[in-house]
Amino acid sequence: MAYIVPKLTDYSPAALEKAAADLSSALAAEVAAAKNGSEQKALRDRWLARKNGVLTQINDLWLKAAPKDAKREVGQRVNELKKRVEEAIETAHASKASVSASDSIDLTLPGIRRPIGAEHPVVKTTNEIVSIFRNLGYSIAEGPVIDTDYYNFEALNFPPNHPARDTQDTLFIANQESKPQRERLLLRTHTSPVQIRTMEKIKPPIRIVIPGKTHRNDAPDASHSPMFHQIEGLAVDANITFGDLKGTLDHMAKALFGSSAKTQFRPSFFPFTEPSAEMFVSCFICGGSGQRGSDPCRPCKQTGWIEILGCGMVDPNVFEFVKGNGYDPKRVSGFAFGMGVDRITMLKYGVDDIQLFFNGDVRFLEQFG
Amino acid sequence: MKLSPDWIRDFVSPTADDLRLAEDLTSIGIAVEGMSGAGADLVYEMEIGTNRPDAMNHYGVAREAAAFYDLPLKPVHPALPAAKHGAGIPITIEDPQGCARFTARVLRNVTIKPSPEKIVHRLSLLDQRPINNAVDATNYTLWEIGKPTHVFDLDLLEGGKIIVRRARAGETLKTLDGIERKLTTEDLIVADARKPVGLAGTMGGFDTMITGKTRNILIESAWWDPATVRSMSRRHGLHTDASHRFERGADFESTILSCDRVAEFILDSGGGELVGGVVDVIARNLDQAPIELRMSEVRRILGSTVDSTQVARLLRKLGFELLAGAGEDSEFMVGVPSWRLDVEREIDLIEEIARLHGYDKFPNTLPAFVGAVVETPDAKKDETLRSSLLALGYNETLSLTFISHEEAEAFADAPVVELANPQSEEASVMRTSLVPGMLNMLAYNLNRGMDSVRLFEAGAVFHAEGRGTTEPKQICLGATGSANMPSVHEKARPLSSYDLKGDVETLLENFQHKSLQYEAGAGDYYHPGRSARVLMDGAAVARFGQLAAEMAATRKIRQDIYIAEIYLDQLYKHGLRNILYRPLPKYPAVERDFSFIFDDSIVFEGIQRAVGDLRLSDLQSFVPAEIFRGGSIPAGKYSLLLRAMFQSAERTLRDDEVAAWSGMIIKVLEKLGGTLRAS
Repeated sequence: MAYIVPKLTDYSPAALEKAAADLSSALAAEVAAAKNGSEQKALRDRWLARKNGVLTQINDLWLKAAPKDAKREVGQRVNELKKRVEEAIETAHASKASVSASDSIDLTLPGIRRPIGAEHPVVKTTNEIVSIFRNLGYSIAEGPVIDTDYYNFEALNFPPNHPARDTQDTLFIANQESKPQRERLLLRTHTSPVQIRTMEKIKPPIRIVIPGKTHRNDAPDASHSPMFHQIEGLAVDANITFGDLKGTLDHMAKALFGSSAKTQFRPSFFPFTEPSAEMFVSCFICGGSGQRGSDPCRPCKQTGWIEILGCGMVDPNVFEFVKGNGYDPKRVSGFAFGMGVDRITMLKYGVDDIQLFFNGDVRFLEQFG
Repeated sequence: MKLSPDWIRDFVSPTADDLRLAEDLTSIGIAVEGMSGAGADLVYEMEIGTNRPDAMNHYGVAREAAAFYDLPLKPVHPALPAAKHGAGIPITIEDPQGCARFTARVLRNVTIKPSPEKIVHRLSLLDQRPINNAVDATNYTLWEIGKPTHVFDLDLLEGGKIIVRRARAGETLKTLDGIERKLTTEDLIVADARKPVGLAGTMGGFDTMITGKTRNILIESAWWDPATVRSMSRRHGLHTDASHRFERGADFESTILSCDRVAEFILDSGGGELVGGVVDVIARNLDQAPIELRMSEVRRILGSTVDSTQVARLLRKLGFELLAGAGEDSEFMVGVPSWRLDVEREIDLIEEIARLHGYDKFPNTLPAFVGAVVETPDAKKDETLRSSLLALGYNETLSLTFISHEEAEAFADAPVVELANPQSEEASVMRTSLVPGMLNMLAYNLNRGMDSVRLFEAGAVFHAEGRGTTEPKQICLGATGSANMPSVHEKARPLSSYDLKGDVETLLENFQHKSLQYEAGAGDYYHPGRSARVLMDGAAVARFGQLAAEMAATRKIRQDIYIAEIYLDQLYKHGLRNILYRPLPKYPAVERDFSFIFDDSIVFEGIQRAVGDLRLSDLQSFVPAEIFRGGSIPAGKYSLLLRAMFQSAERTLRDDEVAAWSGMIIKVLEKLGGTLRAS
C-alpha cells in the first residue's frame, strides 16, 4: 500500500516525530522496490514532482496548515525530510543505474559515425576573406584563368618589354605568335586582370572582390606551386584616399586574425598602383615577439611581422584604359589589393608545405573537417 | 642584391646602428629583407623595386638614408691628376635614340695587377669576384654610384675611333663570357673602325678586354636607351648587372663622374697617366620637364595629413627642386633629379611624399558606400552543390590544372590548350577533364594505405575554341572503398555504382527539372556495364559509374574506383528548385506489393515507364522493394517485388478502386513480359 501523506491535527513533537518516521520508512520501502529505470523514474515523480509530489504535499498539508506557534518546528522537520528524500532518491538512482545488465549497452565503445566531408582549407579561407568584404558592401566577381596579354599586363600598366614583367614568371599558351601581342593568351599571373574586366562593365562607384586561380612558372617546392589562389579587391569612388585603403585592409586583418592584430604598411612597387604598399600583420604565431618560448619564430623570421598582401592606390594609367566607362582619373580615385590565399592559409593553420593543398591526401584534408 | 651598410656609411653618418638603419630604410621602401655577417662585414640583402635603379647601389641608398634622417650626403669627388696633353679618341654616335650620351677617357702606361685590399674586400662582400684593378674599378663604381662603365684595351681597338651603331647583318661578337654571338641589325653595338667591340650596355667584347698585357685603357661610360638594352639582353639571353641598370634607366648626368671615378681607382692602383680631357658626346638630351604638383591632388589621393610646407620639405630632401609655382602654396612646379627617371607624373611625386612621410602616419579610415552586394551569377548553385557534397561525406579537394598530352587524349575529346613553356611533359596542357587529377588523388591515398576515400573537386576545365579558349566548370566525384564507416558495430559495405547514383541524384534534385533519364554506358574510361549518362530534360548533365578496369590497371590501382562528372554549364541552365509548401495528406495511404518474374532484358526504367503511362492520379509512388536472382528463379530471369502506394488528397480510397488499379498494373506488367508470382 503506497504511502499517503496524512493531514496533521496534532502538532506535538511526538506526533511530528511519528509522522516523520512513517514517511521515512515508506520512502525506504519504495526506494528498495524501484528496480529498473522506469520504476525509478516513477519513484522520482511520485516523491519529487513539483505538482503533487510527496514533498509538495507535506509542504502544503503539514507546513502551510500548521498553527503559527508550531510553524518553526514543522518547518525544520519538513526541511530535514526534504533533504533526506532527495538524497535517498539520488543514491537509489546512482546505485541502481547499472543493475539490469540485459537492458544496457557499453556506451564507452566508439559510436557509429557517418562520413562528413571536410572543406578544403584554401576554399575555407577564401570564403572567410570574401565574407569580410561582402559585409563591407563588396560584390564578388570572377574572370578567366586564361587571359590575354592586354588584361594581364598592358592595361595594368606593364608596357610591352617592361622589366616589371620579369617578376611575373608567366606561363604562356602555345601558338600565339600570329596574334598581335595584346591578344596573345597566357595563364593570368594574378587576379588583377579582373579589375580591368570589371571596370569595363560597371561604372564607378565600385567595390569588388575577385577570388580565383592564378599560375606562375615557379618550380614546385614547400612554398611554391605553379598554381595558386589569389583574392583581388578594388574600390573606386569619387573620394577614395590612401587612408581608406589602410583602414579597409586593417579591418580585414583584424576580422581574419583577431581584433588584436596590428598592421603596418611599407612602400613597395607594382606597375598598376601608386603609391604602392605591402601590408604586414603582427605575427599571429608569436604575437609579434619574434620568439616562441625560447625558440625563434620562423613564420615571421623573428621580425614579429608577416607580409600578407600587396596593395596601393590605382595608378591613373590604369584608369586611362577604362576612362570611357566613367573612370576619369581626374574625377575618381581608388585602391586595389591582392593577396595569396594559399600562403595566408598556410600561416593561419601552420601548414609547412604548399604541396599538401593539392595532392588530395585525406589524412591532411580531414584535419579541416 | 647585397649591399654593405659600412660602405653606405661612406656617404652618410646616421647614429642609428645597422639594424635600425635597415628598419628605417625598409619603412621608406628601400627594403632590407635580410642580413648576414657581422660587424663591418655585415651585409644587407636588399629588395629594390624595378622602378628604383637609382637605389641599387650604396650611394643611392645613402641618399635615401640622408633624406630620412635629414643628414648631409657626402658627394663623390674623384681626385684626378692633371691630364697630359694628347689626342682624345673620336666618338661617333650613329644612333642617338639608342645612345643618348657617350663619355670616355684615355689612360696610358697603366700596370694591370690585383686591386688594393679594400676594393677586393668590399667586392667580395657583395659576392663579386675581383679580377684586376681595371675591371674591379668599373665594378666598384657600379656598386658605389650605380653607373655601369666599361674598360677596353685601347691598343686592341682598331682605327683609333669608337662608333656607336646598329650591327650589320652577319657581324659577330665574342662577348666577355667567351660566347661567340651572331648579331642582328637590331643589336646596338660599340664598334671600332672595323668590328664590334661591345654589346651596348650589356657586355663588352672578349677580344678587346683588359689583360695582364694591357698598358693603355679606354674607359666608356654611356647612357643607353632602356628598351634597346632590354630587348638586346633578352635576345641574347644575357642579363648582367649593367643591363639590369640600363634597362631600368641610368643617371644621364653621371657619365662623367663615373668615368672619372674609374680613372681615379685605376691610376691609384696601377699608376700610368691620364691623357687628354674627357670626351663627352651628347647625341640627345633626356626630356625631364618639371612636373606640376597641386596640393588639391595630394589631398585627394592621400587625405589631408600633409601640408604644403611638409610637401616642399620632403621633396627637397629627396633631391627634387621646387620651382616657382603658379598658385603660391597650392601649386608647385617640381624639377626632377637626373637619377629619378621613374618620376614622370604628379602621382609619382605624391608617392614620394607619402613614402618619406611614412605610410603609418596616415590615419586609417573606412570609406562610406551605398550600394548592393552582387554575387557571382552561380554563387547560390555552387554553394548548394558544395554543401550537399560535404554532407554526403566527400572531402573537398583542389588539384593542379595541368595534365599531360596523354591524359588529355585519354580523358576528353575537346581540343586542348597547350602551354608554350610547360614545366614538364606531365604538365604540358591545361586540363580538359577533372578526372585525371581525381584519379591521381585517389591513387595517392591508396598508395599510402588510405583505402576508403571520397573526394570531390569543383573547378574549370579548359578547351580551345576558335582563336580563344573556354573554361566550363565541372564537378568531379571520386570514391573507393567502403560506403559506410566500418566499426565494431557494422561491417564494411563496399561502394557500388548505386552509391554514386544516389549521390548524383541527391545533387541533381536541387535543380528544377521535368525528367531525369539514365542511359546505360557512360563511355570512354567508364566500365561499359556499370556506368550511365544522366539526361536532365533530355540534355546530358552528368555521367557516373565504375572506372574501366584497364584504366585502373594503368594507374596500378587494385580496387574498384567510382567517379562521377557533373557538367555545370549544362546543369546551371536549370534553376534551383523552388521550395513551396504542400499540405500534408489528410487521408490514409494504401500499399500494394506485386511480386513478378522478369526477363533480364527488362530494366526497371521500362517497368516504371509502363506503369507511369497508366497515369493513375492517386498512385503516389511505385518503387522496387526487393530484387532476387538464382534459387528457384531460372537463369536469365529475376524476381522483383514492387510496391505501389496509393493516396488521395480528397478522400479515403475504396478497396474496389485500389483493386482495379492494381489489376491495371498487373496487366501492363504482364504485357511487358512479366510473370506474376503472387500478390
